[in-house]
Amino acid sequence: MTAAIILVCSVAFLMMFFVSYCRSLLATSSSVALTQEVRDVTGITSDIAPDDFSRVVQLLQLCPDRPEERGRIRTVSLYYRLLGVLRSTISGVAPSLKSWADQERAQCGYFAAVVLGQRIAFSRDLLAQQMQP
Amino acid sequence: MPGPLQYAVWILCSLLEASVVVCAIRRRAFRQYFFLNLYMASEFVASAARFEIVRHYGFLSLTYAYFYYYSDALLTILLFLALSSLYSEVFRELNAERYVQMGSVVLLAGTALFSFAVVHQSFTSVQPSGKIFFHFVLEISQNLYFVGLVLTYILWAAILKLRETRTRLIQLVLSLGVYFSLYAANYALRNLYPSAEVVFVVLNPLIGCFLPFAWAYAFWKLPEEARLAPARLAVSHR
Repeated sequence: MTAAIILVCSVAFLMMFFVSYCRSLLATSSSVALTQEVRDVTGITSDIAPDDFSRVVQLLQLCPDRPEERGRIRTVSLYYRLLGVLRSTISGVAPSLKSWADQERAQCGYFAAVVLGQRIAFSRDLLAQQMQP
Repeated sequence: MPGPLQYAVWILCSLLEASVVVCAIRRRAFRQYFFLNLYMASEFVASAARFEIVRHYGFLSLTYAYFYYYSDALLTILLFLALSSLYSEVFRELNAERYVQMGSVVLLAGTALFSFAVVHQSFTSVQPSGKIFFHFVLEISQNLYFVGLVLTYILWAAILKLRETRTRLIQLVLSLGVYFSLYAANYALRNLYPSAEVVFVVLNPLIGCFLPFAWAYAFWKLPEEARLAPARLAVSHR
């Protein structure tokens, strides 16, 4: 009985802390403006759509990997999947939850686009270093 | 005996623990977050010592079991102190550091007394004092994790209420909350499904990797001046 109560409480705490932690990761990228180059590559013209994340992550995988970003991207991908599950299950009962989940998923997409911009810049620096005599 | 994968996770976790201290020193945050760094440095030293003991005495030896649980209890107390230091950091502007320190000592003593009472009650017959002490060490370690989880939740509520904006501090607290919740959930699952204990035992070191990774990221990537609105992070939808 005690173990079951601990499990329920800890899962509730875990969800709360995990969502807040992911939102803090997303918030660090929200102040960064997307470069025109990233907009051209991703085809994002104005606002990011909730479903853009997967597409941007696919583009991310084409660029050279930066080890320090790997954990962050995995965490946000997990959050994105969690939001997808939430959207397709509970949102039928609470429509406001659906729009919230979509807004969050769009934020995940923006985060991925910012990381893509950083990777493109990193690749360019790498290439420039190799070109030097 | 641990397999190659478990050894790999062990080494990765130890490297991440060392990287937290290195990142904090490089970003000049070592003194400000002294207890967090002390905890990570102690984790690294304990990991190295555990590895040496496994090498000399074997994974199934009594020496390793005793060292593991005693060092784990000490590390849990250090983590508790690290959490108290985060409280001090949040309440610094209110000049409430002294009250936070006093509260931490009282809570630590209370948890120790409660753990002793639980162990004392379960040993009705005459038992060797060493065995009682060993169970006390196990009990206090587990109880401090639950106290830590509740305290982290209260700290997060205080951060939202006080409108704390320091991004690094917020991420340090949130990652600690995720870590404590994962441990508590894993512990509860182990008790609910003892037959699947092997799976949950394997999960433990993986969970252990999360905290040093998140703290190293917070020290390395987030400057002390970075700010964000905590109201944006609360789990609520409009």
